[in-house]
Amino acid sequence: MAQIELDHIDRIFRLGDSEVHALRDVTLRIEAGEYVSVMGPSGSGKSTLLNLLGLLDRPNAGAYRLEGRDVTTLSPDEQATVRSARIGFVFQSFHLVPRLSAAENIGLPLVLAGVPAAERAPRVTRALEDFGLEGRAHHRPDELSGGQRQRVAIARATIMRPAMLLADEPTGNLDRATGHEVTALLEALNAAGTTLIVVTHDPAMGERARRRILMEDGAIRQDLRAAAAAPESPGSGSTAPPP
Amino acid sequence: MTPADTLRFATRAATAWPLRTALMMLAMSIGVAAVVVLTALGDGARRYVVNEFSALGASLLIVLPGRTETGGVNAGSFVSSTPRELTNADAAALLRLPLVQRVAPLAVGNSEIAVGGRLREATVVGTSTDFLELRGLEIGQGSFLPREDFNRASAVAVIGDALRSELFPGQSAVGRMIRVGDTRLRVIGVLAPSGRGLGMTTDELVLVPVATAQAMFDTSGLFRIFVEARGREALPGAQRQVEERLRARRDGELDFTVITQDAVLGTFDRILGALTLGVAGIAAISLAVAGILVMNVMLVAVTQRTAEIGLLKALGARAGTIRAAFLAEAALLSVAGALTGFALGHAGAWGVRLAFPELPAWPPDWAVVAALATALGTGVLFGVLPARRAARLDAVQALSKR
Repeated sequence: MAQIELDHIDRIFRLGDSEVHALRDVTLRIEAGEYVSVMGPSGSGKSTLLNLLGLLDRPNAGAYRLEGRDVTTLSPDEQATVRSARIGFVFQSFHLVPRLSAAENIGLPLVLAGVPAAERAPRVTRALEDFGLEGRAHHRPDELSGGQRQRVAIARATIMRPAMLLADEPTGNLDRATGHEVTALLEALNAAGTTLIVVTHDPAMGERARRRILMEDGAIRQDLRAAAAAPESPGSGSTAPPP
Repeated sequence: MTPADTLRFATRAATAWPLRTALMMLAMSIGVAAVVVLTALGDGARRYVVNEFSALGASLLIVLPGRTETGGVNAGSFVSSTPRELTNADAAALLRLPLVQRVAPLAVGNSEIAVGGRLREATVVGTSTDFLELRGLEIGQGSFLPREDFNRASAVAVIGDALRSELFPGQSAVGRMIRVGDTRLRVIGVLAPSGRGLGMTTDELVLVPVATAQAMFDTSGLFRIFVEARGREALPGAQRQVEERLRARRDGELDFTVITQDAVLGTFDRILGALTLGVAGIAAISLAVAGILVMNVMLVAVTQRTAEIGLLKALGARAGTIRAAFLAEAALLSVAGALTGFALGHAGAWGVRLAFPELPAWPPDWAVVAALATALGTGVLFGVLPARRAARLDAVQALSKR
């Protein structure tokens, strides 16, 4: 059983009279601990795929099993619980709450999950240390550099110790050096066992992943694995149609 | 999210936009302050009137000649003649009733008062010793009317303080002679200056024995009889006794009216109470307006923070959590505004009391409670729609906003 199992997923958006097939018959298996990059031109459906994986969106057809559980039929509140416990998001534009300090932003998922304040404090402190933000705990996002902001965002995404990390252009708003730094941070988290799925335009970043998925017109065109990748169990992997 | 965290989150959100929050609070506080000040004025007026009446005595019965009733035509309408007068004998009979403590007959008229060359028009009140206690008056100099038979026309008078200063400027009036109409009277006392009383000041009265006044105005009847019962509780019993006694004295005919101070007081109390309520209702409209403003502000906040709401959803916030956070923010704004308004209103009422010391302008408790509850209620009520809108936002679209 793979961690993520997508079967014949369709996602159709209606824009006026026309229908846009953002995803067409996508079938995909991703194992726990994989490092996957999703590339493709704009409008190819990679962001829709990521939203779907993150339970922010529902497919029009098909089944999504996360850790063996069918999550497409869950109620919105049940999906929220799954997001809270199993899924971490990293966004291109960081999405930090501007009025909250770095520490408060990092602690937000704990607050939302109803973790008591006494239990939150040590976990946030720990996260600040892990991401090299000790001196920045009480700074607000507008007092932080881009790299620091994304590190706060990553610390927030991982504070609940999710099983998978979904990153949408995580380096898109960063300069090259900071981008490398953030990439390294995400890869370190992946090395520690978290599934990492990165949507990116940047070939350099995409090439780093052990498994590279290329999307086009809402379908998976290519699903490549680096030869000397992490150990993979036989029978898993992609069933994407060949181009 | 725990309630404490929800509250903290809402507080941070409210304080993040100080100008918006301040304006919102101002609107809400004006509403609450209006209710507090206006009800303070209304209730102050009510208490003022009630106090004025209470000054007349709470256990007072007033007997009027004639019958005021709306009974239409009955057999009695054809046989009975004009109502008989109330007489001094009636008053004396009432004094012997067990539940009656004091009786003051009243005969009133206008007359000229002359002292030496000075001449002045004044109201002459013919009454008895008990009048002093009944009306709660105080004697300034000399003594009040002597206790004597109601039919005895002693040639004495007690004058008000204003009359004394006009007729006897700079000198003592006690012992001096005045001429009222054609009657020469000796001044035996001067009332202490009062200035109080509903539309009638005792400072310009001439008080004489009731028989003296009757002789002066050539009448044997009385204008009123004031009766004081033995305490407030005895009032209904005393009223019954008075009616029975007077009825017996006039062959079973009920050609007089007994009214109680309580009835008059109750009417005024109701009228002014209703007035206060009406004023409070008008002021409460501004609270509803403030409530709509809360809604407007919160709707703007939802639009402004769309991306944040999307983020909260991505981080695992349930719809209920987001709803609670926005509702808490609306409630917080309302409470803060209401408390500010409460303080402002009390300051305003204090100002009114300072400007009009005789008006006890304290806002009634019910008005304060109602104003605060309405403020909170409208704030939360009008916060529901924006909160629901926030909770229903589509996470993907919300996240793409920025």
